Amino acid sequence: MAVGLPAAEPVLTDATGAEERVAPRRFLRAVRRNRKAVAGAVILLVMVFIAAFPGLIAPDDPQATAYAPNLLPSWSHLLGTTQIGQDVFSQLIYSTRLTLWVTLVVSVIATIISMIVGVTAAYAGGMTDRVLTVVTDVFLILPVLPLLILLAAYLPPGVTSLVIVLCITSWAFQARQLRSQALSIRNRDFLISARVRGERPLYIILVEIVPTMTSLLAASFLGLAVFVVGFAASLQFLGLGNSSELMWGTMLYNAQQAAALEAGNPWWALAPGAAVALLGAGFALLNYAFDEIGNPALRPVRRRRGRTAA
Amino acid sequence: MRFLARRGALFLVTLWAELTINFVIPRVMPGNEASAVLGTFRGVNPAALHALQIEFGVNTHQSVLSSYFEYLGNMLTGQFGVTSQGVPVMTEITSKLPWTLLLVGVSTVIAFAIGTLVGIASAWRRGGRLDGILPPYLFIVSTIPVFFVGLLLIYVFAIKLTWFPLGSNYSIGATPSLSLAFIGDVLKHAFLPAISLVIVTAGLWVYSMRNNMITTIAEDYVKTAKAKGLADRRVMYDYAARNAILPNLTGFAMQLGYVLGGAIVIEYLFSYPGLGYLFYTATTNHDLPLMQGLFLFYTLAVLVCVLVADLITAVLDPRTREA
Repeated sequence: MAVGLPAAEPVLTDATGAEERVAPRRFLRAVRRNRKAVAGAVILLVMVFIAAFPGLIAPDDPQATAYAPNLLPSWSHLLGTTQIGQDVFSQLIYSTRLTLWVTLVVSVIATIISMIVGVTAAYAGGMTDRVLTVVTDVFLILPVLPLLILLAAYLPPGVTSLVIVLCITSWAFQARQLRSQALSIRNRDFLISARVRGERPLYIILVEIVPTMTSLLAASFLGLAVFVVGFAASLQFLGLGNSSELMWGTMLYNAQQAAALEAGNPWWALAPGAAVALLGAGFALLNYAFDEIGNPALRPVRRRRGRTAA
Repeated sequence: MRFLARRGALFLVTLWAELTINFVIPRVMPGNEASAVLGTFRGVNPAALHALQIEFGVNTHQSVLSSYFEYLGNMLTGQFGVTSQGVPVMTEITSKLPWTLLLVGVSTVIAFAIGTLVGIASAWRRGGRLDGILPPYLFIVSTIPVFFVGLLLIYVFAIKLTWFPLGSNYSIGATPSLSLAFIGDVLKHAFLPAISLVIVTAGLWVYSMRNNMITTIAEDYVKTAKAKGLADRRVMYDYAARNAILPNLTGFAMQLGYVLGGAIVIEYLFSYPGLGYLFYTATTNHDLPLMQGLFLFYTLAVLVCVLVADLITAVLDPRTREA
């Protein structure tokens, strides 16, 4: 790195890498000016705040069975009570932490897996590339939810199993995208010069290639988060979670097992469902905005602005 | 032809991978779930039990390798094992299949049609009112979990308004026949689950079709067609959309796995007795042979659809035949 090669600083012109060398301040401004990005960021910040300080918001111990069962919403129980007399609102608030935690952990791990697979395939080429590409394609075609259910059925229900099965099944789509991005920069001068300098492959991948893909990695993370929020809740809804762990998916399962909708206690089921939808939408809004910021062709066309090519 | 050969190879590799996953999972997972489950199987004939023991690696006195080949042989000759009740897995699956075909088939075709048309229209009028609202809106909707859509629809239309039944495939007491009354009853029961799937999947097609269209519209032949003075509608459908839809076709097949997954959740929510509900009951009963059989069946369904989409693409797009 000490050798200051001017060729090592080409501005990336690929659609997804366009903002790579843009100053962070300009990037932040682009985020602030994008209404979808602002909406998504606000949703996530509120969720993070709730997850960090549930005690400030929730009035009750979420597990305490202190009240009459199946109460309708009122001022003392904003969303009513469960079949065994727990406060639904407090459960909803306290469930935020574990739900968010699982989403973040799986998304980070799966992003790393997809990065390793995608970049290694592109950089190594030849047989390694072919094998990794086939493995990626196989995981893309295998139906996700059936595979998730099958894997989860063999493991003890709980957060750890949830994280493991989601990591196994979720990385393929992002790996393919990262591979094609890495392929597109494979023969850039700065990589050739690194190879000529005799750098080790691991160094080249981590120090030379990965930093050029930060925006795509961020997009992968957001895409994965959308995926994880939905599938984690679906798995738990189908009864493959541990119903004593407070998460929105397990709340849904408990509500569904108690036939909350039919029993005239709709908010027990609808509130965690809405929370899952809101969290997913928050990540999706940010992801959509990232796409627009990175790829001008997808931006909404505005007449007064002439500088972006439509 | 190299394109088709490559895709055919992917078909075989994926099928082999699926079969191997089914064989490997029971052996590498911690605990002895499989032997506990097989221990509860009663009244299963010895030959079928032997096949299951080989598949799950329980009480086998032979090497893993010879078990593996015997297992692959069983699968290739159509012996997919039996459920905990001793019923052949495939019999169980084919008896529930029609209901899922109805639900998933109808909702997928509707969602694909709506999504593609809206995608074409919104990309054609870039910056128009439709383009400003619909694609992001539908994209967000498509990220909302299908069970939430289903819960809302049940609450509003089945419980509050009582326009539609809460669940099941037809009314209790109705005898299946081809009478108009029975068909109406079936459609009424299928309506809410099908609409849930349409709402969740249509957005995906809008999004991908719009993006394909935007790339295609920038092509020279579309500009040429416009410059020749052809009618807008003609350029839009015959020049741009026809070419933009091809990648969507493969995407359509690839997404089938996603739709089938959504159908599992929806069939559970609506107690709709198709494959998804079967999968759910197999899960609660820990009927591993049935679950593995269903996973194999789902994979085969997706693979066949992908292959058909590839064939259509190869016929319609000469570029893929040369590449």
